[in-house]
Amino acid sequence: MKRHLISAADLTRDDALLVLDTAEELAQVADRSIKKLPTLRGRTVVNLFFEDSTRTRISFEAAAKRLSADVINFSVKGSSVSKGESLKDTALTLEAMGADGVVIRHSASGAPHRLANWVRGSVINAGDGTHEHPTQALLDAFTMRRRLGDLAGRKVTIVGDVLHSRVARSNVLLLHTLGADVTLVAPPTLLPVAVDTWPCSVSYDLDAVLPKSDVVMMLRVQRERMNAAYFPTVREYSRRYGLDADRVARLADHAIVMHPGPMNRGVEIAAEVADSPRSTIVEQVANGVSARMAVLYLLLGGSEPAIGKEVSH
Amino acid sequence: MSGTYVIKGARILGGEPADLLLRDGEIAETGRGLAAAGAEVIDADGLVALPGLVDLHTHLREPGREDAETVESGTRAAARGGYTAVHAMANTHPVADTAGVVEQVWRLGREAGFCDVHPVGAVTQGIAGRQLAELGAMADSAAQVRVFSDDGHCVSDAVIMRRALEYVKAFDGVIAQHAQEPRLTEGAQMNEGEVSAALGLPGWPAVAEEAIIARDCLLAAHVGSRLHVCHVSTAGSVEIIRWAKSKGWRVTAEVTPHHLLLDDAVVRGYDPIYKVNPPLRTVDDVTALRHALADGTIDAVATDHAPHPVEAKETEWAAAAMGMIGLETALSVVQQSMIETGLLDWPGVADRMSYRPARIGRLNGQGRPLEAGAPANVVLYDPAPRTVVDPSGFASKSRNSPFAGLELPGRVVATFLRGRPTVLEGKLQ
Amino acid sequence: MNAASRPVQPAEARDAERDAGHKAVLEAPDIRRALTRIAHEILERTKGGADVVLLGIQTRGVTLARRLAARLEEVEGRPVPWGSLDVTMYRDDLRMRPARALGRTDLPPEGVDDRIVVLVDDVLFSGRTVRAALDALNDLGRPRAVQLAILVDRGHRELPIRADYVGKNLPTSMRETVRVLLAENDERDAVLLGPAAPGDTRGGAPDGEASHSDRKSAQ
Repeated sequence: MKRHLISAADLTRDDALLVLDTAEELAQVADRSIKKLPTLRGRTVVNLFFEDSTRTRISFEAAAKRLSADVINFSVKGSSVSKGESLKDTALTLEAMGADGVVIRHSASGAPHRLANWVRGSVINAGDGTHEHPTQALLDAFTMRRRLGDLAGRKVTIVGDVLHSRVARSNVLLLHTLGADVTLVAPPTLLPVAVDTWPCSVSYDLDAVLPKSDVVMMLRVQRERMNAAYFPTVREYSRRYGLDADRVARLADHAIVMHPGPMNRGVEIAAEVADSPRSTIVEQVANGVSARMAVLYLLLGGSEPAIGKEVSH
Repeated sequence: MSGTYVIKGARILGGEPADLLLRDGEIAETGRGLAAAGAEVIDADGLVALPGLVDLHTHLREPGREDAETVESGTRAAARGGYTAVHAMANTHPVADTAGVVEQVWRLGREAGFCDVHPVGAVTQGIAGRQLAELGAMADSAAQVRVFSDDGHCVSDAVIMRRALEYVKAFDGVIAQHAQEPRLTEGAQMNEGEVSAALGLPGWPAVAEEAIIARDCLLAAHVGSRLHVCHVSTAGSVEIIRWAKSKGWRVTAEVTPHHLLLDDAVVRGYDPIYKVNPPLRTVDDVTALRHALADGTIDAVATDHAPHPVEAKETEWAAAAMGMIGLETALSVVQQSMIETGLLDWPGVADRMSYRPARIGRLNGQGRPLEAGAPANVVLYDPAPRTVVDPSGFASKSRNSPFAGLELPGRVVATFLRGRPTVLEGKLQ
Repeated sequence: MNAASRPVQPAEARDAERDAGHKAVLEAPDIRRALTRIAHEILERTKGGADVVLLGIQTRGVTLARRLAARLEEVEGRPVPWGSLDVTMYRDDLRMRPARALGRTDLPPEGVDDRIVVLVDDVLFSGRTVRAALDALNDLGRPRAVQLAILVDRGHRELPIRADYVGKNLPTSMRETVRVLLAENDERDAVLLGPAAPGDTRGGAPDGEASHSDRKSAQ
């Protein structure tokens, strides 16, 4: 059975807990002098990046290398004309190399899904267009759980450009699976039209939601959105939806502030908030390696994947 | 060569078994116990006889994209689907925006001989939406163009649209609008709704279609012109067209087979075989479209047969071409979605797939009742068998059928074009 | 949240099924005596056990290590450092089953460098678990010496590995299974010998993995 991790919805509650528990054990490896396990010796993991993302790529690379996998980095700057052919052709190349796992980052939503139809190995979505980024959601959940314990009943507020955010989509699905209560906060223009079908609440008022939040996750907002009239000015956006020190002061004492990075300091998050003890932004980076090690181990370590979902053709 | 044929025991428009005598390209006689010396007898026991189907919306791709389809291959596919006339859309390379190009397509159709090819002329030069094409020259050409469309693009400029509607009155033309507000659909990939929100694909909102249809209906009313709405895909569009018709305005509309059968849930697998413009909509839209076709609000089924080579679909969703082929499955899809649901009977099918589209296109020799004296354009259709759609056997050059793998009812057994069989025993002649 | 603590199936149902046709070759008092003897041997061989660190191999090896540490403390009057070792990631049969949940590796604060590490496990069979444990230990530090304490040695070694301390040598056939029950894990102490259960899917249960997986080679 060939299984993949393409959407956070591919994980059952048991799957998700298994990943988080495994990540917890694997986090120890980072503290050892020999930060390496022999588990994936002889397995080949291809990092297939059609979109620049040094942070995500090195996180997956570190995770795979700590598990002793052979890592092949494959960066494809697809020209707009040949984008399509290059994905299929690249898939055939990967087949020829015998990749056991393919980590794919692509600007087109659904590209990992397509790839899964064309390769024999397990596909891990490292961010596709405005669709999903499931390992980000896993590392976020892992970070929350390390700070706050069990996530059931925890109130998580996700703020910002939900419409264009693969991080938000994956987080809503995974946190729902784990029993947390998610509230999305954004200007209505930056929410999908059918957001009411998502397993979460929606608010347009950040100040009303903050005092009840255990976690506030700020999403990156691109300045270019302003030009497409999603909001009038950056100044107005940050006044209504930015997390500054005043707003942080209204958070509960235990509440944490998260950001998937890269941040726009001064737009969605104030510098002093990003650097405060509530902020988990640096931990998120370290936890990313542990979460991705767990995913790689559970997908590639055994005779068949222990998590994930098959892709129907 | 049109020989003499006696079709024995066909159920004309699904009625009681009767015979049809085809001679000299016409239906010579209908009735019981017909015979003629030297006639070839065709046993049509259990088959439904329909007038030759007329498609208002076909992409034959020639000139320019002969790798996807040619006039020859596209008309072979049409004949296999029971069609005796198709309207070839203008978005070729070069665009069919001059008398020269439309005459070339028309002539290629005549040479192929599998069905009549009526070129659709572009409304604007290069379908760029800025300057009217020489509509009159195309109308006066050998191709006698009556349907004009920038299909694939919307004539979004209200002034250009108004002028086009007015201008074609001079030769009883009709503007077939691809209703898509361009700013609301920049980068749009699929229907905007629950599925697009989950898949992270930019949405193509229903309002972008409905707003243009509403505007165009008002324009058509204002200048007293004929408007035809291409591939209606939403329940809201149906409401607007129903309202315009209730005013007595000269508005007609078509729906595609795929919009009658499929909804946007199929996109969840990101297979671009389901990528089409306008996009597959919701189940509620599908239901509304079926009822609108049944009550005549929507006049016609038009295939929007849009062939693409394999590589145009073997890509990630966003990079894939929009469009699906449909000529060879249209009648089966209509049987499945309209007949088997009890919404339409066989006379209704004849009306929506032959009579009305022929009238909209102003085709005199097509879409006529199966009566003595009418041109012998006849389809014999067996509604009984159910088969799994396998595009590898299609006559079309392309394989991008969204129905591949689905079990659909019915099979075209024979097609006659002016008395000459283009298809017999299911095989091209 | 420890993966090993997640219930996979009701323990009693599983036990009842597995215990059918099994006979107890060691009962609680036998196990107690065996551990006491091992404790004394460790003290003797390590000259008072000053530098000893006990590392139990997940899962039942950890229980045994904890018990041995308590015995050593009783005798010597000072605490003996002990910890747990999960060898899953070092196993040579990982590819033969779906990836499984990990147990905890917990070293005592003293670490293992320059210590005499005594690995503790319940059953010694093929020796593959111990091989994995030696590899795991190698990545954790550099002990002065490594020794092996085992409750039951059932023979059939597939690697050149032997135990330094053995609770009981139990000659078995390849067709038999040995199952160690410990009160902390299984609600009673016993060592059961029985025929291989036809439906025994050894990889299924994360619990008791280290001991059961050694039986895999019996197939």
